[in-house]
Amino acid sequence: MLFSGVSFDLQSGNAAVVTGPNGVGKSSLIRIAASLLAPFEGSVTCDDTKALLTEASALDPDRTLIAALRFWAALDDKPVADTRIARALSALDLDALADIPVRLLSTGQRRRASIARVAASGAPVWLLDEPANGLDTVSIARLEALIAEHRATGGIALVATHLSLAIPHAREIAL
Amino acid sequence: MIALIRRDLRRSVSSGGATLVVAFFLLVATLFPFAIGPDGALLARIGGGVIWTAALLAALLPVERLVGPDLEAGVFDQFVVRGMSLALVALAKTIAHWLSFGPPLMLAAVIAAGLLNLSADTLLRVEIGLLIGTPGLAALAVATSALVAGVRGGGAVTGLVMLPLAVPLLIFGAGSLDPAGGAGAVKLLAAVSLVLVAGAPFLAAAAIRAGMD
Repeated sequence: MLFSGVSFDLQSGNAAVVTGPNGVGKSSLIRIAASLLAPFEGSVTCDDTKALLTEASALDPDRTLIAALRFWAALDDKPVADTRIARALSALDLDALADIPVRLLSTGQRRRASIARVAASGAPVWLLDEPANGLDTVSIARLEALIAEHRATGGIALVATHLSLAIPHAREIAL
Repeated sequence: MIALIRRDLRRSVSSGGATLVVAFFLLVATLFPFAIGPDGALLARIGGGVIWTAALLAALLPVERLVGPDLEAGVFDQFVVRGMSLALVALAKTIAHWLSFGPPLMLAAVIAAGLLNLSADTLLRVEIGLLIGTPGLAALAVATSALVAGVRGGGAVTGLVMLPLAVPLLIFGAGSLDPAGGAGAVKLLAAVSLVLVAGAPFLAAAAIRAGMD
């Protein structure tokens, strides 16, 4: 068993940071919250749509960044997806890379592109597994600002990280 | 669903997978006249079976790429988070895979028929058989791909998993070429193909789900 007795409730505008050493189950908790794994005991209830960030980018390597993001936006079927994609690209300083094939992006750029996919989804609940991995300090600041903006508009963020992220008034879930 | 089909179809075409299938199919069909010699009557007699065998072998080529890369890239995670049914995703993959290799294979069969000295009547029977059988072959390919995705050395066992399961398609496909009793084989071919198209997406979904855990 990885962990037990974990119970939390996040309302609109809330955030929680899952912390703990490697292998303690931070990613598993995120996958349980995303309904990708079933807990041995207990349950997860989420009233809103979710967007998930994992280690894998889920962006087609052969497509341009903008086309790869549009594919997921089309599945989300949101009429204002293009506006949201543009805002996400701008917030993560990816505008200049929009027409570059994803396979040519560096590790950090690809990570930012994955975060842009989450930001462009329009989902109220963000589940972020190690979002700062591979990011430089400027990009981490952009990520923190993006999470703050999301919460300010009523969004929820559940973040698993082994790094220190500035997420004000976030509940800490130590595993 | 349409967005998924379009995505997979575009990937298949842009990666050259569809062209590879047709080229391999024609290559296998070409080998037989070289190996057997210019005996037109013999080639005409075995040609239909050769085309079905070539189609089966060619259909093996893209199997590894149908599910494995998406599983590795976390694409299925994103589908599940969106509440999408993995069986529907597998069905979309089946349709896209069939579109990428079924119609091109049927066109290439016309060239192969020329190489194998097939009559117009036999060619028509081959085309009808391929039209009915290739959707089943596509469904089987997606299910096989899901089963071997994530397995170390999965590529090596792909053929071992898929070819025995495709034997009914081969038997009834080749049987449909018989001018005397082909009608029954066509019906059985359609039945097998229908069962595969209806059932394989659920098998693929279960295998994908297991691969995600």
